[in-house]
Amino acid sequence: MTTEQGFNRRGFLKAGGTVLVAGGLGVPALTMAQGAKIKVGLMLPYTGTFSPFGIAIDNGFRLALAKDGGKLGGREVEIYKVDDESDPAKAVENINRLVTRDKVDVVVGTVHSGVVAGMIRVTRESGTLHMIPIAGLKEATGSLCSPNIFRTSFSNWQLGYGMGVALSKRPNVKNVATLTWNYAAGQEFVKGFKDGFLKGHGKIAKELWLPFPSLEFQALLTELASLKPDATFAFVAGGGGLKFLKDYAQAGLMKTIPLVGTGYMTDGGILAATGGVAEGVETTLYYSDDLNTPTNTTFREAYKKAYSVAPDAASVTGYDAALLLLAGTAAVKGDLSRRKELISAIEGAKIDSPRGAWTMSKFHNPIQDIYLRKVVGTENHFTEVAVKAVDDDPDNMKLCKMSS
Amino acid sequence: MDLNTFLIQLLNGVQYGLLLFLVASGLTLVFGVMGIINLAHGSFYMIGAYLAWSLSAKLGSFWLAIPAGILFTVLLGILLEKLVIRHLYRRDHLYQVLATFGLILVFEEARSILWGDYVQGVEIPQLLSASIPLTDTMVYPSYRLWISAVCIVVALTMYWVIQKTRLGMIIRAGAWNREMVQTLGINIQLLYCVVFVLGITLATLAGMIASPVSSLYPGMGQSVLIICFVVVVVGGTGSVKGAMVASILIGLVDTFGKVLHLEIGGLKLLPELSSMTVYLLMAAILLWRPEGLFGRRL
Repeated sequence: MTTEQGFNRRGFLKAGGTVLVAGGLGVPALTMAQGAKIKVGLMLPYTGTFSPFGIAIDNGFRLALAKDGGKLGGREVEIYKVDDESDPAKAVENINRLVTRDKVDVVVGTVHSGVVAGMIRVTRESGTLHMIPIAGLKEATGSLCSPNIFRTSFSNWQLGYGMGVALSKRPNVKNVATLTWNYAAGQEFVKGFKDGFLKGHGKIAKELWLPFPSLEFQALLTELASLKPDATFAFVAGGGGLKFLKDYAQAGLMKTIPLVGTGYMTDGGILAATGGVAEGVETTLYYSDDLNTPTNTTFREAYKKAYSVAPDAASVTGYDAALLLLAGTAAVKGDLSRRKELISAIEGAKIDSPRGAWTMSKFHNPIQDIYLRKVVGTENHFTEVAVKAVDDDPDNMKLCKMSS
Repeated sequence: MDLNTFLIQLLNGVQYGLLLFLVASGLTLVFGVMGIINLAHGSFYMIGAYLAWSLSAKLGSFWLAIPAGILFTVLLGILLEKLVIRHLYRRDHLYQVLATFGLILVFEEARSILWGDYVQGVEIPQLLSASIPLTDTMVYPSYRLWISAVCIVVALTMYWVIQKTRLGMIIRAGAWNREMVQTLGINIQLLYCVVFVLGITLATLAGMIASPVSSLYPGMGQSVLIICFVVVVVGGTGSVKGAMVASILIGLVDTFGKVLHLEIGGLKLLPELSSMTVYLLMAAILLWRPEGLFGRRL
């Protein structure tokens, strides 16, 4: 393999493989560690289809942190960043960069449910304080729950359930097809949706699945058109979500088969880029851009001022993660070795969130209202509360055995 | 699946395949003729999409953005060939992988600085915004048909250039036996520069014309890079004809792989299988012909 000609197909494949592995190189945000600083690791998708959420969480987290002069419990904070690329295959390796190499005190991450599965395998062992923004993987607050793992977003089931309940109240919606990426989150959204929807008079026309993160929707859209359901319940998000909304509209389906889904399908700042095609799409989420509360208004103004873009639901989970940390570390005055007190302070924290007040369940998942929202222009507008103060899937909660 | 749906799916598959060909043909040319493994190939697809977005905003027209984008890519290609690629010809393939992987990082960072990290979309140009009704629930955007037409024109032009012109003859000779071409007194340096520029221009062109039916986001090039490698390996490295056949084949297998498992109702195949169909096809073809469909015997 020394001459130019001597390189064969096998070498070509090997080289291709190298990229796939090398792609995961994360770059720590830098600088010298000092004993007095609290090290916070942000493991988020900074590239790939979920990048809008990673960036929004990062922004929201730093915004809340800045409230207290960028300190946690009176101690300086040092931030380490790792791009998880939403790749479950690299999850354990990536989280170990933070936990083992950088020895962070707190981890915040991530968006993709499959990646979080790998992260909690490590943080359960290491005991590193772990805040999950977004990823609604049921095991994180179910069979794999742990005293040091908290979630600031939702369980996937909660969102799907909210939409299921909302649709079950509509007499003209009897037959619904689902279309989601086939991975943990998609499957759990669909389960939640069915748990809510099938209580009524409806039935499921067909469950359509797409490999993550495939962006070729055309085949399944054709399938949908031939099924002619009363509505489509979908979940595809981020960069792929934008393409999905456009493809759905360009295939003429927005007019013939109403599209509904779980929140993030219309979040992540993608609405501005849709050119209006997503108008009227309904989704369920714990947050709506137009919530008219003083906390939300202040939050949105501060965020816009700091980043010159509007915040969205993902920014809120990053923001709340930092608020929880501020509350916890304040209670122990920055002394993280007082672990029991730290954890119970986070559990009992009253978070004044832009989404409205919420409490932490004893399984460390938010108990919260799920809102039904409709796309109006470039924002998601509140229409009604789909379900009030909803907890996680009862089937999931009974699997949590918390031992502190 | 009724006949109507089947035909629409066939159209979907061929359309996807043609676009794949446009991206992957550049990769196979650069590798086949120059022996360079260009991992940054996907980045040029991304650059194309972002160029279409920013230039059509600046120039006020998507149709002006395309030639402007091509001109920019040609200049960028010449520059890159002189600064980076030229130094890799005589090196081991590991150096090429490292250098072109480095280019990916450079391009991503440049994208972040120039165009930001937020998701963006390009609107379908007014001229082609009409759509054709297919069934009572579904329409087909005429823009997608236009994409296919462009791909076919490019493919035919490439066929003509490679098979019928002097340049094509040299390219074919270069792919076959580099040393012989050099000893015949042909300026191989110039040839390589032309081929590299051509290769990346194809990828950028694909990114530009696909932008109105896709979305722009950080790392979007990586999503097409892997499938391009599959096309190149299945078609046979260096064979443009092979890339064409492999692209269409992969387009069809991917499309039908996503829906056919739903068809066999009684015998329920896992939806997971649809993410593997393309790779199963690759494995099967490589078992049968290790050199790829139209590759030279190893």
